Amino acid sequence: MDALDALEIARWQFGITTVYHFMMVPLTIGLGLVVAVIQTAWHRTGKPEYLRMTKFWGKLFLINFIMGVATGIVQEFQFGMAWSEYSRFVGDVFGAPLALEALLAFFVESTFLGLWIFGWKQLKPGIHLACLWIAVVGSVFSAYFIIVANSWMQHPVGVEMIDGRPVMTDAWAVFTNNTALVAVPHTLFGALAVAGGFLLGIAWYHLWRRRRDGVDTVGADGKVVPGEAGDIPGRDKNDHKVWIRSLRIGAVVAMISFAGTALTGDLQGKLMFEQQPMKMAAAEAACHDGTGFSVLSIGNLGSQNCDDIVALIEVPGILSYLAKGDFTTEVQGVNSLLPQYKEAYGTHLPDNPIYGERAGQEIDYLPVMEVTYWGFRMMIGFGGLAALAALVALWLTRNGTVPESRWLMRLAVFGILAPFGANAAGWIFTEMGRQPFVVAPNPDPNGIDQVFMFTAAAVSPGVTAGELLASLITLTAIYAVLLVVEVKLLVKYIRGGVVSAMPELVHAPVDENEDATPGPGGQGGGKSADDVLAFAY
Amino acid sequence: MELLPTIWFIAIAVLWTGYLFLEGFDLGVGMLMKLFARDNTERRVLLNTVGPVWDGNEVWLLTAGGATFAAFPLWYASLFSALYLPLLVVLVALIFRAVAFEYRGKVDTDQWRARWDWAIALGSFFAAFGVGAALALTTTGLPLNANGDREGGPLAWFSGYAVLGGLAVVGFSLVHALAFLALKTDGAVRHRARKWFVRLLPVLLLPIAGWALSIQFLDGKAWTWALIVLAVAAAAAAWAMARKGAEGKAFVALGAFLALGSASIFGAVFPVVLPSTLNEAFDLTISNASSSDYTLGLMSVVAAFGLPLVIAYQAWTYWVFRRRVSAAHIPEAHSFLPAIAAKAFTTKD
Repeated sequence: MDALDALEIARWQFGITTVYHFMMVPLTIGLGLVVAVIQTAWHRTGKPEYLRMTKFWGKLFLINFIMGVATGIVQEFQFGMAWSEYSRFVGDVFGAPLALEALLAFFVESTFLGLWIFGWKQLKPGIHLACLWIAVVGSVFSAYFIIVANSWMQHPVGVEMIDGRPVMTDAWAVFTNNTALVAVPHTLFGALAVAGGFLLGIAWYHLWRRRRDGVDTVGADGKVVPGEAGDIPGRDKNDHKVWIRSLRIGAVVAMISFAGTALTGDLQGKLMFEQQPMKMAAAEAACHDGTGFSVLSIGNLGSQNCDDIVALIEVPGILSYLAKGDFTTEVQGVNSLLPQYKEAYGTHLPDNPIYGERAGQEIDYLPVMEVTYWGFRMMIGFGGLAALAALVALWLTRNGTVPESRWLMRLAVFGILAPFGANAAGWIFTEMGRQPFVVAPNPDPNGIDQVFMFTAAAVSPGVTAGELLASLITLTAIYAVLLVVEVKLLVKYIRGGVVSAMPELVHAPVDENEDATPGPGGQGGGKSADDVLAFAY
Repeated sequence: MELLPTIWFIAIAVLWTGYLFLEGFDLGVGMLMKLFARDNTERRVLLNTVGPVWDGNEVWLLTAGGATFAAFPLWYASLFSALYLPLLVVLVALIFRAVAFEYRGKVDTDQWRARWDWAIALGSFFAAFGVGAALALTTTGLPLNANGDREGGPLAWFSGYAVLGGLAVVGFSLVHALAFLALKTDGAVRHRARKWFVRLLPVLLLPIAGWALSIQFLDGKAWTWALIVLAVAAAAAAWAMARKGAEGKAFVALGAFLALGSASIFGAVFPVVLPSTLNEAFDLTISNASSSDYTLGLMSVVAAFGLPLVIAYQAWTYWVFRRRVSAAHIPEAHSFLPAIAAKAFTTKD
């Protein structure tokens, strides 16, 4: 197989652009929810630290949001551009959730976010807050619709095959696909985990700097004594509250979301053992039937030869629990599943021009096990580490500030990456684990067994490898440059602290006495001639 | 039997027209960042006229694309794969443009702003040109085989119509942006925009008129010819209104020109959605490219309440930010002292 044929390039492109897009998206969804909750707290209590938190985290949210928007358009276009056969095959059922995502979610998200960014003064405080909530709900809806679409590829339901194509006959089944109903909360918790780690790491950094600069000190009782740094606007006692509250919110969110991802992930796993048994066997590198969960398997996972693999450490019963909820049921391994797949879906790709050079080739039903085995473990490992770190962080900061250790601070900051890693690993696992199918056949009683499509048939027949290579290189290069730009800007605004998001702290210093600070009621309403826009590009 | 595909053909025509109407002016404003604005303050005036709304405008493109996928999967698949390279250019342009809007003001140096200004201007130009080329080619045809796949290699789509369509949307966007700026700004920008509008309208609308007329000569029907006459009248009215200083009416009249022109084009090609230049038998039509009636019915129900809702809240946004922006409203760039030095990660304990 030529390594640089159109199909392989198209797959790399889809993988790179999707994983990249899904670095921005979870932070958008998770941080959006968190900022909305914080602004609500400000709206209710009027405490200045909540306003500062809203502005600071809101600024970072927007720097990231735009990258999700920009890279999202690529996603919608490339189904048609690079995967035209796929689009023709699934369009009747797969296009609807995409269209509804744009119509019912993207419009809401972009329009109301525009109102939130520019409308701080034009809108009454309650309406301004409502705009953010509506935008956040829009982002949750978009997650729902796109996961409905993806879940149909994992578990095709609600269709009949007519003239060789699946035609939607039951929209309710498509939009309440059990695969989607567990994947949506799993993804949302995954997004919150990203936001939790983000708050925790950045707040830790600021608290650490306040200690290092001598702004905050620790009293004889071990408790923090928040101080003021007079020369820098905004670095006062409220600033300390901003960071310690952000840190605690982040830690709690991280722990709750880990619990949420674990619970929903367990449900997902049990469904997947029924719907795509081969994916789960490959996730375990389980060659033979059994009950044990592999903690560490050695051998050449990439060899696609199951007999090379030895499970070095195995916990009996756990695999059965993951699959069936008991400790004794034998779970089928790769060696039992392969003949079943061959019998049901053929040993060779059909002699159809749609498969190009691959027509008639032998089908390899085993996904790339290095990816499925390690992807599954990285997802769980990174997720668990982040939650554990959050618990430790709560304990270490019980006295109101962070320890002086520079290494702990670095750990907290680099820990921000762990939930991102978990999200990416999870998606890579579930998409690669579905191969060689783009639409996976489901042997379970709820699935419609003969609805499936090989990935080899999905790519655009009229598009040349050269075109795909050009776009792969172009998009990857642009994405790399933009990642550097985004991270640099995030770092700049993170280092700048609250002031970077609140020019009013510098240009029109307000009395930071809690009682005198204008609360939410003091904003809005009065429109002076200068209030055309509350924010200007 | 053909009722639902016809409704969705109209819906997609409406979505594309809505896209060109709304994003038309923000694409034009983007190009005018380099062609029209004289200094940084003017550029910021331009940016802030579209600041709260450009992202919502762009969703019309996503919705038009998504609706095409859902309602006419074969049209979507053939058009998007045949136009692989031009759409790649559109994607790159839209990526840079979106990021530039948000990031331009985030670092307070001239060099930084200049780079993003180019990204906005070129991004807007290539996005407008590419979308225009794609729309023109879906009306004039592509070399598609029986399966709907492009024959003849990566550049087989290229024709005079691609250039004409590209220029059509670029030209329209520029005029539309001038009308929008005259309506949305005050002071020097407002007056100059109106002057430019009056002077440039006849030239900048030529390519779109050329496209609409070629379609009429190819496939025109009596009623689509009538729409052309009305469209020309609307353009003339827009020009006359702007000369009189009635900026609101000029903007509305230009919008009517777009709607009528677009209706004449889509109306003329109906029921063909994408002709094949190789063989008429391979034409994609509303009958052979559409989804099932079940899917179309479901989408119709959702769109029937979804689309009016979108129009309502987007209209509300324009109402909230209805006041004119002028140089006096542009605050100074916010440069801040970092509260924290960059040393934390580089110095050792």
